[in-house]
Amino acid sequence: MTVKQEWAMTPPTVTAIIDGIRVTVPPGTLIIRAAESIGIEIPRFCDHPLLEPAGACRQCLVEIAEPGPDGKLRPYLKPQTSCSMVLTEGMVVRTQVTSKVAERAQRGIMELLLINHPLDCPVCDKGGECPLQNQAMTTGQADSRFTEAKRTFEKPLTLSTEILLDRERCILCQRCTRFSDQISGDPFIELQERGARSQVGAFDPEVLDFDGYAPTGLAAEDESGRPFSSYFSGNTIQICPVGALTSAGYRFRARPFDLVASPSIAGHDSSGSAIAIEHRRGKVLRVLAGNDPEVNEEWITDKDRFAFPWSSLDDRITRPLVRGEDGELREATWPEALARAADGLREAVSGARSKGVGVLPGGRVTLEDAYAYQKFARVVLGTNDVDARSRIAGDEEEAFLGSRVAGSGLGVTFADLEAAPVVALIGFEPEDEGGVVFLRLRKARGRQKVFTFAPFVSRGNAKLDATLVPTVPGLEGAALDSIRRGSGTVGDVFDGLSQEGAVLVVGERLAGVPGGFTAAVALADRTGARLAWIPRRAGERGAVEAGALPGLLPGGSSAQSAEAREGVARVWGVSGLPLAPGRAAYDILGLASSGGLSGLVVGGLTLSDLPKTLANGIAKAPFLVSLEVRLSDVTAHADVVFPVAPSSEKAGTFVNWEGRLRPFTAALQTSALSDHRVLDMLAREMGVTLGTPTVEAVTAELARIPIDDSLRPPPPSASGPSAAEAARRAKATTLATWHALIDQGSLQDGEPFLAGTARVPVARMSPATVAALGIEGRVLKVSGPGRGTISLPLAVTPGMVDGVVWLPMNSPGSTVARTLGVAHGDTVSVKGSES
Amino acid sequence: MTRADVPFVSNLPRKGAAGRFFAPVAGFGVTMRNIFRRPKTEQYPRQKLPTEPRYHGRHQLNRHPDGLEKCIGCELCAWACPADAIYVEADSNTPEAQYSPGERYGSVYQINYLRCIFCGLCIEACPTRALTMTNDYELQGPTREGLIYEKQDLLAPLAPGMLLAPHPMVPGTTDADYYRGDVTQAVRKQIDWVRENRPDDPSLPEVHHG
Ligand code: SF4
Ligand code: SF4
Ligand code: SF4
Ligand code: FES
Repeated sequence: MTVKQEWAMTPPTVTAIIDGIRVTVPPGTLIIRAAESIGIEIPRFCDHPLLEPAGACRQCLVEIAEPGPDGKLRPYLKPQTSCSMVLTEGMVVRTQVTSKVAERAQRGIMELLLINHPLDCPVCDKGGECPLQNQAMTTGQADSRFTEAKRTFEKPLTLSTEILLDRERCILCQRCTRFSDQISGDPFIELQERGARSQVGAFDPEVLDFDGYAPTGLAAEDESGRPFSSYFSGNTIQICPVGALTSAGYRFRARPFDLVASPSIAGHDSSGSAIAIEHRRGKVLRVLAGNDPEVNEEWITDKDRFAFPWSSLDDRITRPLVRGEDGELREATWPEALARAADGLREAVSGARSKGVGVLPGGRVTLEDAYAYQKFARVVLGTNDVDARSRIAGDEEEAFLGSRVAGSGLGVTFADLEAAPVVALIGFEPEDEGGVVFLRLRKARGRQKVFTFAPFVSRGNAKLDATLVPTVPGLEGAALDSIRRGSGTVGDVFDGLSQEGAVLVVGERLAGVPGGFTAAVALADRTGARLAWIPRRAGERGAVEAGALPGLLPGGSSAQSAEAREGVARVWGVSGLPLAPGRAAYDILGLASSGGLSGLVVGGLTLSDLPKTLANGIAKAPFLVSLEVRLSDVTAHADVVFPVAPSSEKAGTFVNWEGRLRPFTAALQTSALSDHRVLDMLAREMGVTLGTPTVEAVTAELARIPIDDSLRPPPPSASGPSAAEAARRAKATTLATWHALIDQGSLQDGEPFLAGTARVPVARMSPATVAALGIEGRVLKVSGPGRGTISLPLAVTPGMVDGVVWLPMNSPGSTVARTLGVAHGDTVSVKGSES
Repeated sequence: MTRADVPFVSNLPRKGAAGRFFAPVAGFGVTMRNIFRRPKTEQYPRQKLPTEPRYHGRHQLNRHPDGLEKCIGCELCAWACPADAIYVEADSNTPEAQYSPGERYGSVYQINYLRCIFCGLCIEACPTRALTMTNDYELQGPTREGLIYEKQDLLAPLAPGMLLAPHPMVPGTTDADYYRGDVTQAVRKQIDWVRENRPDDPSLPEVHHG
């Protein structure tokens, strides 16, 4: 390398002096950051590294001198805010450490801030971790000269059922308003009035504009006059530098110094956000966002933050249950339950009329659990019938996962997503199904073009300024195939995806679309775009890595390859692996419901996500072993129930959608066991050493599994619906549906305040469809092949693809799979009604 | 030079000849001096003498004059306690169950008298004067659990004019009025509320007086 090149690669810097210390930083660095880098802390309230500077609180005043054009230092006449000023070459900054002026200025600002602050620290949730409290100690003065009456407000203001605002505590730093505006895109509160009356407030309740995004519970209005609803509002509580914003669930419940904070990983979506579980005496009181710049930065969804009470509800299982002679479940000892389960499974596997046993781990297990489930199925039960995808999932998706995802390590990352010039989303709704993925995409707004293959632009996509590629549900494959060089949106998508760094994101819904993955892979290959698979559930990527799929062995090799089977069998120390091809979760359940299986081993599965016909498989299975945290509609049919630990009570690893390992340890020390440990004990009872007693044992074994790209299954190749089928669909009404982020999921049980922030379930249709079908009335009744009907308020959605009706998948009054027995892309019939 | 090499030198003052002579019996001096004085022995528990007025005895959780509790569950006492003897959990007052003026009250309050060293730092920390100390020093018992005093064991007895919490605040007042001492006793509305919701409440005037 020549000297000249080296010089070219050195990034430019500026050098200045802060408190007599020379500091060199990249240009554009704020003074407050530069000071931090040499260990000088300037007091601050409004400054937040992830928000744009506001200079609102004035607490960070410092004395500054800058060289003028003649090179002579010119001091600024007044102290300046260090959080909104960039350090420039030759600047001389004097903070409170060396400057009496800065120190006095900060002291004065603090006195001013405290004038109207109520000093009700004893009843304030922030007390003990409050930047205002702390900095009043370091920067304020002990006495107050203020003797007049303080300003008071009616308290608290209910911004939503979860978020409460005590205005008199607010110091008008605008962190919350900036977060809502810049990060989540749900501006709901804004500064109002002026002077001493300045306050953060909600918007005018008179201007109501119902568009189907209103929350279920009470809420203040946002800037557009709609009731405030945001999936990320909990972050404002955490960044508020005083106790003005509190959550209804945590309000008055604890003090920060009571709480033990255990770092952990959120288990509500596939992002693997860093969190801190804060608990006292074995009870979780709140969850805070951790700081992981590579994954979730400092933000998490409200679901990750507030949906934790589910595991400590009354229906928690603490001891094994066994079905007695009388047909009722009763508590049993571990040895008794293990013996019963072992006997039942042995009979089911090798009895005279054995038809085999299927294993359904569920999509929320850790990598270690998924590994244990599939090994249990293949070694103990001798079957490939194991599938962690408790949703519509077929061979095409499996071929995609095996050829493109499993064992591929870290692929597209959050940073790549943010840096991508173009992102196309297919079968994926970033706000509802991606959580913090949405925030990353929104961070890139203005620099990034987002295309969404969807029937309409949802509010989440609108906040990303996404361009709609109108797509009929079920015909996503055709829409992907239509992307060619050319003009119009189709050409734009092609050109966009052909750019360096462009990403094509595929979501879990594509699995239900014949030809979908084939088309997605083809498009990615055609344009050179990178592919990212973002499933919804936390355990799905881990299950793929662990081989908890019927046709995939751990490490991503195909279960159909003799060489791959041999390699894994060698590591496991067994003579061979089962040969018969395995079946996907829905096929296993279908088989069970027609009496084609002798038994099932089921992990965390929720029946409400399944069509009734498949849910019947659970009831019909002759022998059912369930590993569950709480009593559920699965345990109700089980012959043996083993209690297992929720993720807050066990150690394990989630693999997030990037392929990043997210290990965590138990936050609460309880006697609850992980699934992999229970399966290990059960296997031993059946005379087999599974070797999965601990996380370490599983990790060590996983590391020994050979990875050989030549043994992967072939890429997906399936054809989409035929032209005749497509034509038939064009005439029918097609259903589009996905899970809202906050819905009826069983992991959100026990948190009514969060449930109140869920969006009101509505049915969406385009104005033309409403007219064409002659729909009258405010309510839409949707029915499918199942006997049930879903009636929801009709939200006429301009710009929506015609002939499509959208319903939330599993919201109150709208359990699509269970009531209608249909899925995304199926045909439904609709009718208007007044009520 | 090592330690062992240094010869031992006592640093006690060396006594004179007489001192050395009487040294073996000098200790009896104390006995002799006290043998003719009146004994100070207290005949506890047969005879119980009052303590000094500011003796640090068992804690008490005080009430406002209408019977609402003063404790707001702020945990400052627990924070101040050097012996980690106090455990507090707070909760929200609701219209159906108002225990203290304002929004917050102490729902769990425990003092572990096996830990407490009666230093009184908790009393100094309490922002509402909810926590004070009585002169009760008879804190003993056969079990460990029994020496963890719960909220009901610590709450002050009802004075005349007080009603058992929970009940609504005096109509038209805020918590500030309570702290300023503007509330002096339970009013008709509060008594009616208790009568309606807990007709058998022992603190009601009619139940109280038979
Ligand atoms: S509520 Fe909190 S975050 Fe929002 S402006 Fe007030 S002090 Fe700042
Ligand atoms: S008197 Fe001292 S030791 Fe006892 S509870 Fe109070 S602070 Fe703790
Ligand atoms: S007794 Fe006083 S210091 Fe302790 S929690 Fe109650 S109000 Fe706070
Ligand atoms: S931190 Fe600089 S003005 Fe608020």
